[in-house]
Amino acid sequence: MNIVVCLKQVPDTTEIKIDPVKGTLIREGVPSIMNPDDKGGLELALRLKDQFGANVTVISMGPPQADVMLREAYAMGADRAILLSDRKFAGADTLATSYALSGLCRVLDYDLIIAGRQAIDGDTAQVGPELAEHLGLPQITYVVDAKMQDNGKLLVHKENEDSTQVLEVEGKCLLTVLASAFEPRYMSVSGIMEAYNKEVEVWSADKIDVEETKLGLAGSPTKVFQSFPKAMKAPGELHEVSEEEAVELIVAKLKEKHII
Amino acid sequence: MDFSYSKTEQLFLQMIRSFAENEVKPLAAEVDEQERFPLETVEKMGKLGIMGIPVPKQYGGAGGTVQMYIMAVEELSRVCATTGVVLSAHTSLCMAPIMENGTEEQKMKYLPKLASGEWIGAFGLTEPNAGTDAAMQQTTAVDAGDHWVLNGSKIFITNASYAHVFIVMAMTDKSKGTKGISAFIVEKGMPGFSIGKKELKMGIRGSATCELIFENCIVPKENLLGPLGKGFNIAMKTLDGGRIGIASQALGIAQGAMDETVKYTKERKQFGRAIAKFQNTQFQMADLKTKVEAARLLVRSAAWKKDMGLPYSADAAMAKLFAAETAMEVTTKAVQFHGGYGYTREYPVERMMRDAKITEIYEGTSEVQRMVIAGHLFK
Repeated sequence: MNIVVCLKQVPDTTEIKIDPVKGTLIREGVPSIMNPDDKGGLELALRLKDQFGANVTVISMGPPQADVMLREAYAMGADRAILLSDRKFAGADTLATSYALSGLCRVLDYDLIIAGRQAIDGDTAQVGPELAEHLGLPQITYVVDAKMQDNGKLLVHKENEDSTQVLEVEGKCLLTVLASAFEPRYMSVSGIMEAYNKEVEVWSADKIDVEETKLGLAGSPTKVFQSFPKAMKAPGELHEVSEEEAVELIVAKLKEKHII
Repeated sequence: MDFSYSKTEQLFLQMIRSFAENEVKPLAAEVDEQERFPLETVEKMGKLGIMGIPVPKQYGGAGGTVQMYIMAVEELSRVCATTGVVLSAHTSLCMAPIMENGTEEQKMKYLPKLASGEWIGAFGLTEPNAGTDAAMQQTTAVDAGDHWVLNGSKIFITNASYAHVFIVMAMTDKSKGTKGISAFIVEKGMPGFSIGKKELKMGIRGSATCELIFENCIVPKENLLGPLGKGFNIAMKTLDGGRIGIASQALGIAQGAMDETVKYTKERKQFGRAIAKFQNTQFQMADLKTKVEAARLLVRSAAWKKDMGLPYSADAAMAKLFAAETAMEVTTKAVQFHGGYGYTREYPVERMMRDAKITEIYEGTSEVQRMVIAGHLFK
């Protein structure tokens, strides 16, 4: 089985600073990490590899600095790493990104594509589903468990807001997974020793199956209107009171704020 | 001269730091409180290859460097000094002498299982009457034709009750003094070998420190490590390497206490402001930080020399002397900065101060380190 895992390198912070003029993220000085949901996806792929001997290819689109994240993937147990890096990809929104990734997937031999649910910088949760659409693949999002059965079909648990759906899927498909369901393994020491002896393949746009006009900023219909950091909330108040008193207290507070 | 970590070392640091934080730190207080050997952590370390970092790949190790191994000891000790010394004794005191002195058969037999963590290693030199004066070995090994017979006892042996492989020094020819001491590889379960009483210690309370007892213990002929009569040299060289490990442990403890104190003094408010805002705190902490960084450079430099195959005996002694005394000073002051809370077990600095003390004592006391350094200076 050949599994492709989509990885994104993201800034490791919940306090992302935003350029007040451009409305884009300021990445300088913020350490970068493998996006947690994507790392969960890699963990799922590696578990399937442990069980059935799959071949795991990690792919990413980003600047050359994403190399270190792909080395981490090697040290965790990935077999091949490809980085799409080309100025033509610059300024891509989710549509152009997923389109570029689909162009890469089209030239790869795969049975399963795994992506994280969403990235902690953009939080769109769009790239995985869009990638499936570009490739015409069935998709299951919010995956919390996936096992290969003896009949060759994947048994997938999908988390809904108030329930879990169990689905069986046959043939090629795309899953987006939740980090919380797949506690990632640590890099092994021998994996670390080998990580820089392996090649991270850096591919430009001309190596993949795409129309160049649909790449990067030109292929991105999304225009960021405005970005702003979340306003700090006032600290909560803790009251240890009986239920009756609690009702009175809440009502009084709501009246005080003219909510009721 | 390049002081930066290589890319491989950076990746390793990322892994070991997150392992220490997520797997080791949450157990540290319990391991200390219950004087419990952290076996589950050792098993996890084995699976990840941490128990065999500097062992060559052909012997089942990760093929890493001494530098990486001591980074691991430092990062583990930063959150739990017990876990740090388990790794240090296993690697420096058991696997290293086999790597450096073992025959091909001995390496093939012992290193893969040690490097994978399936077996834990230990080292026995100290005896009730042979501490710093290690030449006064009373444990004997007699050649009985097709095997050796060992009699005597060893004390203060780290990892003892959980170890499978022990490097043991014994007198094979008393008339030759230190040249009559030989090294042996003794396995758990060999006839006549048993583990004696467990020490109740001030610090590193989870590290399973016990006595080793040899009563007509039968050791196969092929388990002599290195040439006959070279045991004292092997022990001294092994301790040179071990000192880099203990220096890293001390460094880790000091760094851990610094981390805790920076956090605490920023949070703790007295006289209307955080105590980190007071110049007394700032000046003292600046001095401590400087010492910790100086210790780190000494430790890194000694490890680098060992990796390069350069002589490192004096470097290891200086690193251990300085790092151990720094750990003691930093942890003592860390408790002081924490005030009454620092004296309680609610905060880890109390444990760190108890743990730090041993680094001035074992694998050569600070006085021994001064003797080693002076020996090189005035030779």
